[in-house]
Amino acid sequence: MSDHEPDRMLAVFPDPAPIDVARTLDLSGYPWKAVKSGEVLDKLEPGSGWAGAIVDCSQDPESGWAICRALRRREDPVGRVIVLVTGAQLPDLEMRDDLFDDFCLAPVHPRELDSRLRHLFYADLAVSHESLIEYSDLVLNTETYQASVGGKPLDLTYMEYELLKFLAQNPGKVFSREVLLSRVWGYEYFGGARTVDVHIRRLRAKLGEEHANLIETVRSVGYRFGQSRWN
Amino acid sequence: MPVLGVGEKGVEMIEQQRDYVLRTVEERGIRLVRLWFTDVLGNLKSFAISPAEMENALNDGMIFDGSAIDGFSRVQESDVLALPDANTFEVLPWVDPKGAEARVFCDIAKLDGTAFDGDPRQVLRRNLNAAREMGYQFYVAPDIEYFYFDPPTVDSKPIPLDEGSFFDLTSSDITSSLRKETIRTLETMSIPVEYSFHEDSPSQHEIDLRQTDALTMADSVMTFRLVVKEIAALHKVHATFMPKPLEGVQGSGMHLHLYLFKDEQNVFHDGEDQYNLSSTAKHFIAGLLRHAAEITAVTNQNVNSYKRLVPGFEAPIHISWARNNRSGLVRVPVQKRNSDQATRIEYRSPDPACNPYLAFSVILAAGLRGIKEQYELPPEADSNLFEMGDDMLAKLGIEQLPQSMSDALHVMERSELVAETLGEHIFEWFLRNKRAEWRGYKTHISQYELNRYLRSL
Repeated sequence: MSDHEPDRMLAVFPDPAPIDVARTLDLSGYPWKAVKSGEVLDKLEPGSGWAGAIVDCSQDPESGWAICRALRRREDPVGRVIVLVTGAQLPDLEMRDDLFDDFCLAPVHPRELDSRLRHLFYADLAVSHESLIEYSDLVLNTETYQASVGGKPLDLTYMEYELLKFLAQNPGKVFSREVLLSRVWGYEYFGGARTVDVHIRRLRAKLGEEHANLIETVRSVGYRFGQSRWN
Repeated sequence: MPVLGVGEKGVEMIEQQRDYVLRTVEERGIRLVRLWFTDVLGNLKSFAISPAEMENALNDGMIFDGSAIDGFSRVQESDVLALPDANTFEVLPWVDPKGAEARVFCDIAKLDGTAFDGDPRQVLRRNLNAAREMGYQFYVAPDIEYFYFDPPTVDSKPIPLDEGSFFDLTSSDITSSLRKETIRTLETMSIPVEYSFHEDSPSQHEIDLRQTDALTMADSVMTFRLVVKEIAALHKVHATFMPKPLEGVQGSGMHLHLYLFKDEQNVFHDGEDQYNLSSTAKHFIAGLLRHAAEITAVTNQNVNSYKRLVPGFEAPIHISWARNNRSGLVRVPVQKRNSDQATRIEYRSPDPACNPYLAFSVILAAGLRGIKEQYELPPEADSNLFEMGDDMLAKLGIEQLPQSMSDALHVMERSELVAETLGEHIFEWFLRNKRAEWRGYKTHISQYELNRYLRSL
């Protein structure tokens, strides 16, 4: 991951972390560590303490709630705990209000988890939000070079990623092929400016039908990302 | 490591590309990176490295013994260097995400870092650089045909999986869903598909790719062939690019739509001309026609290729051009609208078993030679040449493509154009290897001969 250990981190139970949770955290740029039981909570704790926790109670509720209790029972209790429960486990939440701050239904919907995290940790966690570019369902993390749409990761080549990043940083603006070529590619390429068309076509295919229209063709001018600011 | 044709900004870019690749390997949990390259015969070669070695590979390349690769090394200089082209890094979509794998195409270099003469990708790079020096960008869009069969066993005859024909809607067929799945996979691997349909023969399919620059397209053709075969194999079906697997029905071709751009203008287009063709386009076509026989061994490189190039199956046999005549070697498709961007030249002889890097190289070189030397374009041959007698063809000055691999090699051997385009290393090795293939074929006694001669003679 990054060169320096971020100061404040999320604890995620269990270890290994549920794949959707891990992916959502990575894509949104939250630093985290998986913990396998209450005993290692202290050992793995970063210098400035846990910023919060995501505890999956859907698979092993007993250990899950035990972790929640451990988090709260400490001298310096950990706030901002999200528990994951299945629909059938909703009654378990009763009488445990002191053990969590928010909950999310399992299996987790990445968009939902992301929204809840953002709400709980707004202005609190050292998430480098400058490194996130968001537009509608599309999220680009410029630090990890990862892109996702609707919470699902996009597999892009480097030039596809760079082109999408440039466009998403400048929504509503129209760019000619020549400008895109010089700003994004920057050096002479076998394909010339037509390369831009090739990459736009690929990006649309990878964004999928639902999001392909994020990149619009402006006839005889070039391309525009997102809505025109005049509409 | 050597950086090909890029300035300072380019170097910085390459640094970022490497960084991107390394981060993606980490973030996506890639377990294995496959380094891909192509041997002289057009076979995809691969060796895998662990993610830990990727940084090293990107910076310094990976040394391997090239003597095991067809057409690569002479024994005394067998070690070569695989240099990953970071821009071709892709996660492989058909691999289980838990053991995610990625691939990256490589250029092959000598240990001192200079381009290795035996690497087809470097050959195409060199020819594209020559075109760029003339101010041209060369784009290609192939229409690739292939067959689906039951998995073959030794000595078995190919068994088609359906009886559909051209444009048939055989929705219940497994082959249609295979084609759909293939297209989805191609799109996730940055290979945009323009059309796809059931071709004329049973179990034959065609997928048309949208044009890209020739280097990207040659990589795409290599990926395409693998994807088609992989997806088929997942469903226990065998996909083949053999040019003529079934007697009596159409074989598989790879028609190439060629585009040439200069300063973002399509230099093949001239709205004033009756064919919408510029003089550059006419010289280019003339170059293709004049050198067609010489480059055929490269565009049609197997004994079996020449069983496709016979009359009656929409494959070209005459060296001619026309607008709407599918019996000709070069076709100039009539455009739907008066769109200058769509003006292109279709070269119809290549088959999908060729080495795309070398085929694109010789085709480009033939066309550029026509432009440089201002070759005169012969008149359009718009009648059906298949129906014409030899004397009529002779009167029109229309010659035929080589009739066999032996003929094709004979013409190629005398071609200064092909020698220069491929470079001495590949030129010599290719002739030697293909001669051996021809000898093997020539000494084989076929069932056809036994049936025909054993009793009667």
